[in-house]
Amino acid sequence: MNPGVATKRSPRPRSALTAFTTSWASQIGITVAFLALWLSFIVLAPNTFLSDRIYLAFAQTVPYSVAIVALFLTMVIIAGDIDLSFPSEMALGMVGFVFTWQATGSVELGVLAALGVGALAGLFNGLVVTYIGIPALVATIGSWYLFRGLTLVLVNGKSYALVATSTAPSYDLLVGKLGGVIPMEFVWLLILAVVAWFLLNRHRLGQNAYVIGDNRLAAGLMGIPIRRTRIALFVLTGMAAALAGVMTSLQIVNFYPTMGDGFQLPTLAAVFVGGTSVFGGRGTIYGTVIGAFMIGGIQAGIVAVGLTDYYTNMIYGAVILAAVSVHALLQRRFE
Amino acid sequence: MTFPPAGESGMSADERESARQPSQLANPIIAALEPAVMPRPEGERRLELRHISKAFGGVHVLKDVSMDLGSSEVIGLLGDNGAGKSTLIKIITGVHRPDAGEILFGGRRVEGLTVQKARGLGVETVYQERALADQLPLWRNIFMGRAVGGPLGFLKVGDMRRMTAKLMSESMGFTSAVLTPNTVVKGLSGGERQGLAIVRALHFQADIIILDEPTMGLSLRETEKLLQFVEGIRTAGKSAIFIDHNIFHVYSVADRIVVLDRGRVAGQFPTSRYSLDELLSIMREVATGGAFTEQERYRPAAGLPGAATGASEDHA
Repeated sequence: MNPGVATKRSPRPRSALTAFTTSWASQIGITVAFLALWLSFIVLAPNTFLSDRIYLAFAQTVPYSVAIVALFLTMVIIAGDIDLSFPSEMALGMVGFVFTWQATGSVELGVLAALGVGALAGLFNGLVVTYIGIPALVATIGSWYLFRGLTLVLVNGKSYALVATSTAPSYDLLVGKLGGVIPMEFVWLLILAVVAWFLLNRHRLGQNAYVIGDNRLAAGLMGIPIRRTRIALFVLTGMAAALAGVMTSLQIVNFYPTMGDGFQLPTLAAVFVGGTSVFGGRGTIYGTVIGAFMIGGIQAGIVAVGLTDYYTNMIYGAVILAAVSVHALLQRRFE
Repeated sequence: MTFPPAGESGMSADERESARQPSQLANPIIAALEPAVMPRPEGERRLELRHISKAFGGVHVLKDVSMDLGSSEVIGLLGDNGAGKSTLIKIITGVHRPDAGEILFGGRRVEGLTVQKARGLGVETVYQERALADQLPLWRNIFMGRAVGGPLGFLKVGDMRRMTAKLMSESMGFTSAVLTPNTVVKGLSGGERQGLAIVRALHFQADIIILDEPTMGLSLRETEKLLQFVEGIRTAGKSAIFIDHNIFHVYSVADRIVVLDRGRVAGQFPTSRYSLDELLSIMREVATGGAFTEQERYRPAAGLPGAATGASEDHA
């Protein structure tokens, strides 16, 4: 039996080299864009960008402000959803941390409580999106307000000093320095990036996420557990947000209930700059990590180059649009 | 006489002869309550649907449909848009749950059928290219919904790629060097996509293969190949339900044609006893029945030739 022999050839790459370029077009594109931005910073501000200090600073701030949440947000977006509520999940998770830490004196239990609260918040998002059937964009605008409001009510709008946490062993594990040099935030980012890559590329969860985002109808016909998968991705994102919230707070040894809101658009931008499609079905962890460091590097780069801070938004905009244009053009060219 | 084809037993040679006369054809809608079931020994019943009904938001898509499928049998399922073909298929494949009625596999009643359960019972469906994920590589499409992996859910990607490569060269006839298991589906031609969809269904040892409009968008040669392939299903002792608009395609491969009309079985026609011309005129009559206004549709007995009294009450 041989039912599927093509009689007419559709346009497709002819050599193995173009076949390679086709499958990796998105990653190659983002890498080239990243190198172009980096080189222009080196040329314009050699003193800053040829020293290791700025990279150690990036390695500390980019993970908790952008990258860790972006990893799992990537998976949510690949499955065709989106989660805008993560900044509030960061703060709500910290409420869990603060209350548990104050009650027990244990930072470790506090971290677990934060992760638990983040998971519950993600579960809430997932249930609202899949069982009530509200589009994720709309639902998570609602839960963004809801979680933020809940945080403010629970802590009465107060901030908390967390200086006393810095003696706990897990403090160094989370926001210390490996060998006195490498920020632990960066180590955690690497670990979580590997975990996220495995989940997305070598696990049922990722396989199902890609199929759901690409063709939800097909996913249903082929018996893929659509609701369960989407909910799991929201839960993972909630937990990632809670972890990022803990890191942010421990880093500055302070928790304030409006934390995280400045991270919302940069994190989303990192995912899209990295080549993840807003329509679902397409995206990579590699692209998101590179995108996170591009987005996270711009502000410091602008200051180092000697421009005033007023230029920041303009250059953010230009870089975001340039990067997503590269993805769009590559896609048209190769597919 | 009402409708000739319902059940082979008890029909004399004369009756069979008279059934061949187009003038003797009754209005198919009258026979709407006839089940599409053939008398056969129990061991040969692969699939039975009994009194299946399904409504979506108050619209009755299927009304008391009974049907069976034997081993080594190919059924052609015909009917207009909205006749309920797709819904019936989705009930067999576990996508939809019926509101009433029961489903039996190999004579055993199955409750709460899901897609996974149906697949476990040997049902595979060729949903045409609609059920392919365009941006994903071939291997992810082949193993969609049944990825090979360990107990923790981690995938054996190498195994799946190797199996895909083997299927591509042996079953799909993909010989082009640039087509690898990693190629995304987007660039494939209609025939290649169809090949992928069929091989996906076949690879998993299906006993019941459902082909949903498989000839749509295929070239003549590709269609021919597809029909040969359906012949192969029967030869291999498996069963198939072949859904199509095109009666010419269905007639050439099906053992029996079941006509659905507005959610009911309008009749069944073994292709050994009905010529293509007869079936065409039957189909025309079903189609004409559908040309009435919505209200008249369900009491078509009035004014139609050959209408048996009594049956119309069921439609009022």
